[in-house]
Amino acid sequence: MPTELENIKAEVKDLNFYYGDVKALKGVNLKIPEKKVISLIGPSGCGKTTLLRCFNRMHDFYTNHSHTGEIILNPEGVNILDRKIDPIEVRMRISMVFQKPNPFPKTIFENVAYGLRVRGVTKRSVLLERVEKALTVSALWNEVKDRLDQQAFNLSGGQQQRLCIARALAIDPEIVLFDEPTSALDPIATARIEELVSELKKEVSILIVTHNMQQAGRISDYTGFMYMGELVEFGDTDKIFTNPKEKLTEDYISGHFG
Amino acid sequence: MELKTNYKRQLLINKIFDVFFKYLGLFFLICALIALLALIGNLVSEGFGRLSFQFLSSFPSRFADKSGILSAWVGSFAVMLMTALFAIPLGVASGVYLEEYAPKNKITTFIELNITNLAGVPSIIFGLMALGLFVYKMSLGQSIITAGMTLGLLVLPVIIVTTREAIKTIPVHIREASYAVGATKLQTIRYHILPYSAGGIITGIIIAMSRAIGETAPLITIGALTFIAFLPASPFISQAPFVSTQWMFDPFTVLPIQMFNWVSRPQEDFHTNAAAAGLILIVFTLTLTAVAIIIRNYFRKRIKW
Amino acid sequence: MFKLTDHQSSNSKKMRLKSSRGFSARIYEKIIEYVLFLAALASVFVTLGIAYVLISESIPFFKVVSIIDFITDKQWTPLFADAHFGIRPLLAGTFVTTAIALIVAIPVGSVIAIYLSEYAHPRAREILKPILELLSAIPTVVYGYFALLFVSPLLQKIFVNMTGFNMLSAGIVMGIMIIPYVSSLSEDAMRAVPMHMREGSFAMGATRLQTSVNVVVPAAFSGISAAYILAVSRAIGETMIVAIAAGMQPNFTLNPTEPASTITAYIVQVSLGDLPHGSIGYQTIFAAGLTLLLFTFALNIAGHFLKKKFGERY
Repeated sequence: MPTELENIKAEVKDLNFYYGDVKALKGVNLKIPEKKVISLIGPSGCGKTTLLRCFNRMHDFYTNHSHTGEIILNPEGVNILDRKIDPIEVRMRISMVFQKPNPFPKTIFENVAYGLRVRGVTKRSVLLERVEKALTVSALWNEVKDRLDQQAFNLSGGQQQRLCIARALAIDPEIVLFDEPTSALDPIATARIEELVSELKKEVSILIVTHNMQQAGRISDYTGFMYMGELVEFGDTDKIFTNPKEKLTEDYISGHFG
Repeated sequence: MELKTNYKRQLLINKIFDVFFKYLGLFFLICALIALLALIGNLVSEGFGRLSFQFLSSFPSRFADKSGILSAWVGSFAVMLMTALFAIPLGVASGVYLEEYAPKNKITTFIELNITNLAGVPSIIFGLMALGLFVYKMSLGQSIITAGMTLGLLVLPVIIVTTREAIKTIPVHIREASYAVGATKLQTIRYHILPYSAGGIITGIIIAMSRAIGETAPLITIGALTFIAFLPASPFISQAPFVSTQWMFDPFTVLPIQMFNWVSRPQEDFHTNAAAAGLILIVFTLTLTAVAIIIRNYFRKRIKW
Repeated sequence: MFKLTDHQSSNSKKMRLKSSRGFSARIYEKIIEYVLFLAALASVFVTLGIAYVLISESIPFFKVVSIIDFITDKQWTPLFADAHFGIRPLLAGTFVTTAIALIVAIPVGSVIAIYLSEYAHPRAREILKPILELLSAIPTVVYGYFALLFVSPLLQKIFVNMTGFNMLSAGIVMGIMIIPYVSSLSEDAMRAVPMHMREGSFAMGATRLQTSVNVVVPAAFSGISAAYILAVSRAIGETMIVAIAAGMQPNFTLNPTEPASTITAYIVQVSLGDLPHGSIGYQTIFAAGLTLLLFTFALNIAGHFLKKKFGERY
């Protein structure tokens, strides 16, 4: 478990989540330490993506779901799942990278600048500076610096995904959520994204959902194993992979199911 | 309890625009619905009082209060019958051919492109074509059959497109199941494709008919008369073979043309007649449209692949 | 487990019979296929028929009236003793009524489309969309009545000197009629934009409006432009509303409060009269019709071009 010395960026408390009558999350408790990579693993349908999407209130766009419990965001200690909290304010601080690269039908520059424009930034010099920084951090700057005015759709799949990462970083988020960010990519593009994620933790907290156990082992500091809506085990990645406490975790890690 | 963000002010502006736009959308929607209500309400308040047995059973007259729509509704009925006879077999057959038989080649692409373009041609152009071709070249005159063919061709794209859409929703495994028991292509179409797509096809036919019943311009163009004080010949006669096709070649008027005629007159009494005729007309078209929607929903719910 | 019933055994007898005369059955299938093919060709014959009639009837007209006069003359008085055949007054009428209709229908229809696609509850949308579509199901002659006897008197309270026949009321009512063409087709295009594209924008902290304007509308541009083009071609080809409410006098003006004739209204006017087949007056309606067809054809081509250039980008 994260030690008490670390700063806790966010904390999930007794979270239950329902799609209609189906209970998708069962009493989840989880602490997200600052500037670390936390990965969530588990078989399909175990609730890991559902949990991730609670962090930036993505469920709000769909009907017929409900929840009990809290996600506390520090330093204010506010429950971001509270109906009274505007989901847009939550998303201003917690950004997300999706499973499938989803650039907008705009130029490369405008894609990265999007979040800033939404926040009312119009000064060209500020935009240029922030876009360059975000693209550099996401290791895309050298590939696209001469064609910032081209359509983002012309990029390759891996480049598109790094563009989406740059887009999520340009707004200086406090937490970045990754939803199986490499599942649509080839191994080389995947390796670059993994490298990138490990670099990023110097700046932000990262919560990443992955279907790929090796990936979790390579990039994360802490790993949580989820099964049937429950967080079965959570702890240091090394411990989870070498010496899990639970039988279920061990079976999954060793490939007995999932 | 509140979240801190550096963009509180901008966020407020964004939200104001967002909420403003939401209510603008709602406002425009309500405006459009009010226009619809005003149109219907106006017809009802002006024309409802004029509806009577006398109105339905009288020919048009110089005197507004003695006028009626007998020749108009009989004409509309006859023209609709011809339109249906003409458009349904042709439209469904084309739809079935394009969806089930047509090879992927240039001819097929051309036919498809042609149908799309035809759907965008103004209806009055169909009237001009019918005037040159049916009325004069084929010497069919300004008759019910000319009108039926004109409207039939006009609504043909609607029937073709909906037939194709309906057939497209049938999954491949249904066809394969039929072929697997040794059925021929024709048998598959006859016993599987057509029955399963019937809902969609019927919806398309009804929508096509509701469009045809209100069409005015192409019929004026072919020279439909606006003042007809007689009925077409009866389809039944006393001698063998007891049926006659003479009615198809008789001159006619239809409800929308009768309404147009009354609207164009300066006297207000005739405007009342126009409102009454318009009321009957929209009751027909709105009923047909409603029936089409109900049938579509019924089949959509019933068939689950 | 399976027991043949009488019905099934008689069927199998038939099948044996059928396969013995498989040749004629195959011929029958082939004949049906050809019949269906001919039905599909019917639409091509309609197009050919339209082109043939309009061109063959226009040729004798253009032998009498030069194309230069047709385009440049500012008067359209084919039925007067001093006959002029300038199409521009009719084009002006068509242009003004179409422009008014679009000024009404494009903003209103687009905003409604965004509202229905991005804001409205799915259940509300299911009910509201078909009701809105009723607007385009109402016969145009009824709209003509509405324009002349309801909207025009209403507008005369604002524009006191306006005549009862005017392009303004015809254009506005035409605009109301084509709102569903804009809104329904645009809404279909917007809803086809996959959810993950919207989520990308929402995750950046964008509002629904920002997402609609920046992401959904550009992604659905191809479908939305198709909706606009259909709206324009409906407005240009609309006949009864302008024939009833705009007056039928050719009038070379861009002032919407004046009465004027359009290409379509002129064709109606001539058809109502009693011009002999083959006279120059009779031929004018085909020349006018040909002009109208060229406009709609150009719009169709523009539509195909736009679709090719901006196919769905997601």
